[in-house]
Amino acid sequence: MTAADIPVDAQQINERERRMRARNRALLAVLLGLVALFYVMAIVRMSGG
Amino acid sequence: MLSQLPTAAAAPYAGAAVGDYVQILKPRVMSLVVFTGFVGLVLAPGHLHPVLAAIAVLCIAVGAGASGAINMWYDRDIDAVMRRTADRPLPAGRMLPGEALGFGVVLSVGSVAVMGLAVNWGAAALLALTIGFYVFVYTMWLKRRTPQNIVIGGAAGALPPMVGWAAVTGDIGWGALALFAIIFFWTPPHFWALSLYRAGEYQAAGIPMLPVVAGARETKRQMLLYTVMLWPATFAPWLLGFAGPLYGACAGVLSLIFTACAVRVWHDTDDAGERSARQMFHFSLLYLFLIFAVLLAEHIAGGGG
Repeated sequence: MTAADIPVDAQQINERERRMRARNRALLAVLLGLVALFYVMAIVRMSGG
Repeated sequence: MLSQLPTAAAAPYAGAAVGDYVQILKPRVMSLVVFTGFVGLVLAPGHLHPVLAAIAVLCIAVGAGASGAINMWYDRDIDAVMRRTADRPLPAGRMLPGEALGFGVVLSVGSVAVMGLAVNWGAAALLALTIGFYVFVYTMWLKRRTPQNIVIGGAAGALPPMVGWAAVTGDIGWGALALFAIIFFWTPPHFWALSLYRAGEYQAAGIPMLPVVAGARETKRQMLLYTVMLWPATFAPWLLGFAGPLYGACAGVLSLIFTACAVRVWHDTDDAGERSARQMFHFSLLYLFLIFAVLLAEHIAGGGG
């Protein structure tokens, strides 16, 4: 089955889900980054930096 | 909610892509802001832990991006009219206005809070002032009302080196003010060069840029005037003693070329001075980058880094 065989509605749902997954992954990366940032920040501040 | 749906979207709204979120942060503007903020941080007297310095630069970048996002939210109507901005996520219908506003507000608050917690509250207050000035004073108040919009509003773009400086010292010194002055006096000729060859688009969008309100001749005159006023500001770091003779020489050469660009625009018989204005706009970007790069390089080479 090629992309041309998929009905338009299904393609739109696929696109929506693809974007949602990408946003979720980006949000996860941002949250993990924030956790790391606050961890490093706390360590540096506690060591008198 | 339905009234928020983008009008340009023919297909059902699929949600903004990650790239759209990056685009509304105005990454190209952000890069220059980050660079000038970083130079302010390096030149400031004193010491800041490298990790905290990196966090300070990150906060400056995120704060600049956040104000860009709120600017795009507010200006989505005029962005749709101008060719240069019509493909931005909001006017193109790839993102909902509320998403852009929420994103911008969260990043603004986050960047200021992290700057305060990690570095110091003086720098955080200056960062908040920068974001607030760009959003409320420039975007919402001045941009659509006066041809002096980018003169006064230019202060927002000039503040990042002061934020970087304050991250180290906790306050504002003469050096920080000198860096502020360079960007402040550089902004009008930089933006008016762009608005000279984009005057038609600004007129269609109803933005009272100087070429639209006062004409090309007056704009060229003011560009030359501000380019001359930029000279003392550019030499200030050398005169104040936190830059050396190499910087003085480079500043002289670059200022001469920048002034020559303004004179060429002035003499251009074409009313909009399209070719010369375009060249001046592109050189202005190189000018600011090189001025700050030489300051940075000389400081590091002199053992200050």
